[in-house]
Amino acid sequence: MKRYDAIVIGAGHNGLTNAAYLAKAGLDVLVVEKNDYIGGAAVSRELYDGWTYSNCSYVCSMMRQVLHRDLDLGRHGLMLIPYLGTINFGDAGNALISYHSKSAAYNELKRHSRHDADAKLRIRADLTRYALIIRKTLLRTPPDPAWMRIRDIRELLFLAKQFWSLGEKEIYEYVRFFTLSAADFLDEYFETDLIKASMASSGIIGTALGVHSPGSSYILLHHVMGDVDGNVGAWGLARGGMGAISKALESALRSFGGAVRSEAEVVRVLVRHGRACGVVLANGEEIHSKIVVSNLDAKRTFTKIMDKRDLPPGIFEKASKYKFHGSSGKVNIALDALPKFTGVPDNPYVNRGSQAYPGSMHTLERAFDCWKRGRFSDVPFIESVIPSAWDPTVAPPGKHWMSNFIQYCPAELSDGPWTPEKRDAFGQAVVERIEAYSPGFKDLILHMEVRTPHEIEQEVGLTEGNIFQGELTIDQLLFNRPFPGYAQYRMPVKRMYMCGSSTHPGGGVSSACGANAAREILLDLRKPSTVPEDDCDDE
Amino acid sequence: MNSAPDFSLERALPTPFHARTQAFNLEGRWSSWNGYLAAEQYFDAELEYFKVRNACGIYDISPMQKYHVSGRDAEAMLNRMVTRDVTKMRVGRVSYVLWCTGAGRLIDDGTIFRLAEDAFMLTCGSPSTAWLKKSAIGFDDLVIKDKSDDLAALSFQGPTSCAALRCMGLDGIEEVRPFEIRRFELGALRFMASRTGFTGDLGYELWVSAEDALALWDALYAAGEDFGIHPFGEVATNMLRLEAGFIMPGAEFNEALKTIRFEHDQTPFELGLDSMVDFKKPHFNGRTALLAESKRGPRVSLTKLDIEGNKPAAGSFIYNSKACRRDVGYVTSGIWSPVVKANIAFAMIESKHISGELWAHINYEKELRHYSKIARCQIKQSPFYAPQHAKLTPPADF
Repeated sequence: MKRYDAIVIGAGHNGLTNAAYLAKAGLDVLVVEKNDYIGGAAVSRELYDGWTYSNCSYVCSMMRQVLHRDLDLGRHGLMLIPYLGTINFGDAGNALISYHSKSAAYNELKRHSRHDADAKLRIRADLTRYALIIRKTLLRTPPDPAWMRIRDIRELLFLAKQFWSLGEKEIYEYVRFFTLSAADFLDEYFETDLIKASMASSGIIGTALGVHSPGSSYILLHHVMGDVDGNVGAWGLARGGMGAISKALESALRSFGGAVRSEAEVVRVLVRHGRACGVVLANGEEIHSKIVVSNLDAKRTFTKIMDKRDLPPGIFEKASKYKFHGSSGKVNIALDALPKFTGVPDNPYVNRGSQAYPGSMHTLERAFDCWKRGRFSDVPFIESVIPSAWDPTVAPPGKHWMSNFIQYCPAELSDGPWTPEKRDAFGQAVVERIEAYSPGFKDLILHMEVRTPHEIEQEVGLTEGNIFQGELTIDQLLFNRPFPGYAQYRMPVKRMYMCGSSTHPGGGVSSACGANAAREILLDLRKPSTVPEDDCDDE
Repeated sequence: MNSAPDFSLERALPTPFHARTQAFNLEGRWSSWNGYLAAEQYFDAELEYFKVRNACGIYDISPMQKYHVSGRDAEAMLNRMVTRDVTKMRVGRVSYVLWCTGAGRLIDDGTIFRLAEDAFMLTCGSPSTAWLKKSAIGFDDLVIKDKSDDLAALSFQGPTSCAALRCMGLDGIEEVRPFEIRRFELGALRFMASRTGFTGDLGYELWVSAEDALALWDALYAAGEDFGIHPFGEVATNMLRLEAGFIMPGAEFNEALKTIRFEHDQTPFELGLDSMVDFKKPHFNGRTALLAESKRGPRVSLTKLDIEGNKPAAGSFIYNSKACRRDVGYVTSGIWSPVVKANIAFAMIESKHISGELWAHINYEKELRHYSKIARCQIKQSPFYAPQHAKLTPPADF
């Protein structure tokens, strides 16, 4: 019977990246995927005739450029295109537009507050400084501060050097920054509520924190540290939808001789003598391999597909308590025409990019209150993007598709389980909120797909529908991700690894987790690394 | 002095499309080209670049020089002037051509449109009336008309360009093959379309009388709205043409007639344009010198480089070792390519060093501090970006 060198569980973008790098090193690799399509949360799906939805993740800026280049994903069909212009709507029906051009951005802020227009330049410098340090760690394996092997010491020194390079005052600021709430952090810069709210919303996306919760400032940073072609903080779309990323990775993997099998759900990892040696599929079929890599989140990996008896004491509990909170929903809408927004100039740069509905700091916090009480937010924060205004391939000419990301939507409701009626009510709350700023919006809707954490968990397999595979709080970052002692992609069972967003550097379509895991695996196998070392050429 | 100064003679001229393009030029980023205002960029060069790679973009190429050459001697005269065989061109076709001095030095490149058996249009970036006149000596049945100011032109490029033109009402545009010409009438609007361009993507150039320019723009823009239409400028053009592997006068070569210093101009062979020189046809300008060069090989060679890192290498010296002791060439154009995700460049390198190691010494700046790095270069034989969809007939919708 055939025995693979490696089996990767889950054809999400990190699983495919991991497999591609293993295959590039000459390993015989098989990726197994439970769904009949690949991509995990980086998918393009035609759910309405003529429309291609990126129905999970919808924008991209974290994708490591060095991996994109190294795997030649452009040749494999991937094109990342920048989009621009975000309108932030305030409670009073007012709008703050984030312009792409420096002069327009400055003038717009000045319209709201001269003070804040200046402060924006300062916060941009500060955030970029913080981001540059984190960016340097993205394609590195976090050191284990308890192990202190030569590599760990070297990596710790690397981190220390980066911090020291900030200078004394900035080190204090940086350490403080990690524990701050987005609200406190922004209070130090701005006086205008809508400006604060428009930035604070980045601090809650995908996370079960409010704008006043400590730690939300890091989430804010996590959302501005990506880039599109070196423009740090810029966001892009994948031409053809996010599935184009997965498709290109799959094509790269196949070019190295790797294989992908869909409709092959793993129910158990085979372990013999403390070593992983294959997987059992839902249909009972066993596939054997020398190593097993799980791209599932840490909770699912440890508690669903591992036999408890194969795990050392304490790990099962740790994994069960790994922090996961479903907090986001997604509403994908096919539109008959481009929506128009009240009080916003109609031009190609502002009306066709994205719209955000932070309302105010108070509204954002109230939205979080709903979540705490086990309800979806009645006045939710929405981030809408209209990819079809930029990408001609995802909707027929003149028609549009709109991706709406919603914060907050709990995985479990206080009044009993999710039902189709409750799901529709959630979708309706989103539509009503948009309609208030875009009269006639409802009449444009041709088709709508509403996804609560429940649907995301059922289809994609993300526990509680958490988009990051586990909260991005400081207790679950860097060498604590997913939990201390297991941050270097190795599982407690020999020959078994993790490569999903539950590992460093966390969520986002970055391919970094998968690539880092591949580097560690090849190190264990004493094979030369195929993973590029130098991540960013930021200097 | 009370009255405003009179700049009427100094001011660069508006092109026939200026009334439309100026609305898009939000920061007034104009440069000049042959006396006309040309947009450097409209809003953001990278955005404009992506419009062409992902949807469709319009570039105002009205300042290009356009000459009608007609008469019984037209074919012979052009054939004597350019290095390719014009007699092989069928009516309704376009050809990329070069013309050289007697010493085989490149004067300019351009395109010839064969409008009829005895009527041609020659287009190029720089004014060439004097050279055309000189080249016409001895060819009597010949009329050369400078149409540069009478003809407006738009380059309409990108994967959705054909779909947009179809939507505009250009029936049959999808059958037009690369380098083919077709004439269209939309009501009172008459113009010529050619499947040509400077971007390496699917694309067309539209040629219209200056009076009808705005009508053409409006019709095109209305149809293009649903296909992502957006104007693009010189900066984006430079990125696009470099990815496609096209040379640019003033970057890869200095026009021979304007070159002061000995051999600071180039030959077609130095520019890697061997296939554009046809020794099988009768005598042409520079033939003897070019034949000699083709036998001994060019002294320097324009080379496509993929350079490590992401610092654009424009203006860098190229060395044959990491120690950078001996420079063997220089970068003529270099950019970060957003689509290829690579640091790409054209470099003029001493031919004998082409097969060895190549290193670029790149200078760059971060917040007013200057840095340099030495980056390994890899030679690329084919264009950096040559998408399949650009060659299909009929083209796909996107």
